[in-house]
Amino acid sequence: MNILREFKRGIIQENAVFVLLLGMCPTLGVTTSAFNGLGMGIATTAVLICSNLVISMLKSVIPQKVRIPVFIVVIASFVTMVELLMEAYLPDLFKALGIFIPLIVVNCIILGRAEVFASKRGVLPSMLDGLVMGTGFTIALFVLGSVREILGNGAIFNQKFVAEDASTIIFFILPPGAFVALGYLVAIFNRMKRERSETDN
Amino acid sequence: MDYIVIIFTAIFVNNIVLHRFFGICPFLGVSARLNTAMGMSVAVTFVMTLSTLVTSLIHAFVLVPHQVEFLRTVSFILVIASLVQMVELVLKKVSPPMYKALGIYLPLITTNCAILGVAVLATQREYGVLTSVVFGFANALGFGLALIIFAAMRERFTLYGLPESLDGAPIALITAGIISLAFMGFSGMFQ
Amino acid sequence: MVEEKKGPISSNFFTMVFVLTIVAVLSALALGLTYVTTKDRIRLNSQLETQRAIRKVLPSNYDNDPTRDRYTVSDEEGEALSCFPARRDGKLVGTAIKTYSDEGFNERIELMVGFDPDQRIIDIYVCEQSETPGLGNKIGQASFIEQFRNISLQQVPGFELVVGREIDGITAATISSRAFCDAVNRAYRVLSRGRKR
Repeated sequence: MNILREFKRGIIQENAVFVLLLGMCPTLGVTTSAFNGLGMGIATTAVLICSNLVISMLKSVIPQKVRIPVFIVVIASFVTMVELLMEAYLPDLFKALGIFIPLIVVNCIILGRAEVFASKRGVLPSMLDGLVMGTGFTIALFVLGSVREILGNGAIFNQKFVAEDASTIIFFILPPGAFVALGYLVAIFNRMKRERSETDN
Repeated sequence: MDYIVIIFTAIFVNNIVLHRFFGICPFLGVSARLNTAMGMSVAVTFVMTLSTLVTSLIHAFVLVPHQVEFLRTVSFILVIASLVQMVELVLKKVSPPMYKALGIYLPLITTNCAILGVAVLATQREYGVLTSVVFGFANALGFGLALIIFAAMRERFTLYGLPESLDGAPIALITAGIISLAFMGFSGMFQ
Repeated sequence: MVEEKKGPISSNFFTMVFVLTIVAVLSALALGLTYVTTKDRIRLNSQLETQRAIRKVLPSNYDNDPTRDRYTVSDEEGEALSCFPARRDGKLVGTAIKTYSDEGFNERIELMVGFDPDQRIIDIYVCEQSETPGLGNKIGQASFIEQFRNISLQQVPGFELVVGREIDGITAATISSRAFCDAVNRAYRVLSRGRKR
């Protein structure tokens, strides 16, 4: 198992946001700043790794017909644990991510990986898969969050680098801006991928 | 409780897709054809209204009295998953062609952030059961509206040539952004 | 890399119920454990948050714990607002009131308003708001809140602040400005009602 190749798969070839177009809701909803995007990405990665781990351990005892409900219970439990732990130990991030924390449970990536990977492969490969897919997701959120924060607020990680009353492109902090920014990022990503595969050939 | 304000705000001002970003996955996936969009809207409306009814009941009569609100996420998503299964079975019997048309998208309603999102939102705002149902129904209408507008526009894209990188998801997202911008004009209309 | 796929066990009624039950029980145990471990910390966080807000809107010369002496007064809509009296040597030096308004753009706006013993506004702190970034969320800025300081609502017509009269609204954010005033007026009404007791 080539770890580097796995990371390339998760970050580039099968990037959850830019290629598979999964997990759009949190991607658009929390990326008003780089920090929020990063926080959500890490939280989702944690749930992804844990759920892949448990589901992979249980795969031989779960009857086929009830596998979806079992996956859901496992995923929802880990999400609730993340919810509670965040509320206790990271209250500011908890407030910033708000309603999107419980929504991690319906992030198609997690259920998707459980169905496609963890329920069929061993424990360590499943955890690795969770890690690389989660990393790809986190990077995507971080990039989008940074773009929106820089253009929309003239700041990064809450540090403003323009004058206090300078005009910034507020559009990017607002809902329409999220759509447009992500649309262009996906387009750029597609273009880069295409050029890469053309030079590889 | 001002139901009219809640309904119009949910449909136009705080549109669940264009403003809150709930329900994007099916939004991008189903909106290519107008009649699948309509079918999806009806299915989502049905599931969302029913689920806000059941989840608000569970919240009011089970979670709060026993002080186990932290079980909200788990219980809600299980309720929603069950309801979707039910709708699938009913649809299979009642209208097989629609069932075939919606295909993969039906079970995907379970992972539609909109359904769980609206249910959680209703409990966060501490709406009573009736208000929650009205809220759920209104948001579903908003979802349908956004979906149908979007599908109608997308059917037209197929007629134009687009730069290859922009084709597919990017142009869909950018269009959604412009529609979202248009909807911002509704801000402050219903106070 | 090929891995041997272990077939799941058969899906008959008993195995399904059994597995689901076990999974549910384990999940409930794990969640219950996490809840018990975190609930005290969560309650503490919210208490600290309230104390911090109170400290921001009242002068620092009090020697009691306002959160412990907290009392509630209902507003016209039946909701109970928390009032936190600050005392020094038993004498009232100020009251902080946690107020709200539902007239904002998105979710409820929550403010902590500090009044002095003569019911004059000392300062205001925004606890929660989800107004439009770059526009409505400027209600949290000092330049906007500055206008409210030292106002004595007893001397204002109708005992309520109005945008365009005593208060200059934020450009292109009238709704957020009005909602802010609504919350402040509400706090004042509750303060007077509490006084009559």
